[in-house]
Amino acid sequence: MTFSTDSRFHRQLFLFNGLLPALLILLDGWRGKLGANPVEFITRSTGMLTLVFLMLTLMVTPLRKACGWNWLLKQRRLLGLYAFFYGVAHLLTYLAYDRDWQLQTVIGDVSKRPFIAIGMFSFALMVPLAVTSTNAMIKKLGGQRWAQLHRLTYYIAIGGVLHYWIIVKSDVTYPLLFGIVLALLLGYRVVTSIKKARGAAPRAS
Amino acid sequence: MSDSSHIPSSEITPEETFLNRRFFMKSAIWAGSTLATAGLYRTFSPRPEVKNTGSVITTVAEPSQETTLAAGEKVNSFTEIAGYNNYYEFSTDKSEVAVKAKDFVTSPWSVQVGGLVQKPRTFDLEELLKFESVERIYRFRCVEGWSMVIPWVGFPLSKLLNLVEPTSAATHVAFETCYDIKQMPDSRFAGIDLPYIEGLRLDEAMHPLTLLATGLYGRTLPNQNGAPIRLVVPWKYGFKSIKSVVKITLMDREPGTTWSLANPGEYGFYSNVNPNVDHPRWSQARERRIGEIGLRPTLMFNGYAEQVAHLYAGMDLSEDF
Repeated sequence: MTFSTDSRFHRQLFLFNGLLPALLILLDGWRGKLGANPVEFITRSTGMLTLVFLMLTLMVTPLRKACGWNWLLKQRRLLGLYAFFYGVAHLLTYLAYDRDWQLQTVIGDVSKRPFIAIGMFSFALMVPLAVTSTNAMIKKLGGQRWAQLHRLTYYIAIGGVLHYWIIVKSDVTYPLLFGIVLALLLGYRVVTSIKKARGAAPRAS
Repeated sequence: MSDSSHIPSSEITPEETFLNRRFFMKSAIWAGSTLATAGLYRTFSPRPEVKNTGSVITTVAEPSQETTLAAGEKVNSFTEIAGYNNYYEFSTDKSEVAVKAKDFVTSPWSVQVGGLVQKPRTFDLEELLKFESVERIYRFRCVEGWSMVIPWVGFPLSKLLNLVEPTSAATHVAFETCYDIKQMPDSRFAGIDLPYIEGLRLDEAMHPLTLLATGLYGRTLPNQNGAPIRLVVPWKYGFKSIKSVVKITLMDREPGTTWSLANPGEYGFYSNVNPNVDHPRWSQARERRIGEIGLRPTLMFNGYAEQVAHLYAGMDLSEDF
């Protein structure tokens, strides 16, 4: 068994490293080390982690093609589910500490604040993807339809970066970095789809 | 095709060594990835506690202090006040400012006071520290929606302005923060034009609550809080309380101020704390007091309506926000 076929090892490695930031946040919270404004820190870091895992999910295909790391594909679902996991944590933090569980105020907030609306919309798009992440659902939908549905990830990532960009006061460094990474990842898809369309006829042998 | 039976036994890795090697590699990957993930998290997580290393300032008691106190409210800890700062010249990460501002040089320091005054004058820090100091415990409300209660040490700005004698033409006061890119290399990420400029109407500047602060918690200001001297206007959003002041200019018109120039739709010249006028991107009705988990209602003029509301009589505060 070589490294690239040891998927049990990959699974454990990704599972642990994905959970580690959440464990560290809990640990720091328990030790009272989340700084002066723990709520803000948790909100910001869970939001960032959602974006990080969305980007990692979108990196799987280019990395497979560029480096031949086909083993990555088996871990993509886990990366996507981590994006959802941190998205849920981000949303719960907002509902609990920004809205005090006054759920009826969320509607007003969404209509008044575009960045909340964009964030909420992106989160809503993640739900069907998380629900259809099981093997049984892939089978039920059929591979192609499933893949089509899961291309929503592109719009979720765009929404996520936009959501972040709008909320910063003036320093756009981090949203810009996420934006550049996302532009590269989406650009890669545009380029490959153009190539595919052009090369489809001669290559179909 | 090679047949394994033809490989000399000396070239076959013994099973034990093979497994050891795999074990070693896996362990290394485990350790490396854990360190990388935890390290990345640590670069974003809040910094450790800060110590109060300032020198003691002697203050005199004020008979009227109760009226300006944040009566009955718990004062925030030094660590909270000095470990969570908006000071974009150093960093836009509030828990990072204390680290980045550590070596900021605040001595020698002077404040140039001029413009429409009879007696323009440059004050050395030593002179400023000779003003009779008082302690004022004020609520501090950031435009971002968090607040603190801070025991400032300083003196009313009016004392200094009276010394330079504003002319009858003077209606406004402009303030400028020190801007030294060599000491503030991360200011290039600030996203706002620097030097930082703030301003007040003259009557706001002369108001007895308006303070030039030289310290907090009885000691000289930490760099991250705007050492060596800063403005404190307790009924306005925090960004009006400009830090590390080097210049004060009396004018006959409203000065252009940093945040309102950067985004006029979101930050007005007045920027009085007002729960009824929302920031376009968030509500100002409530605030999170640092140290508390839930939200508390924001008070009109940050709780100082009794003292300052008359300054804005007849003004539409949703227009002049």
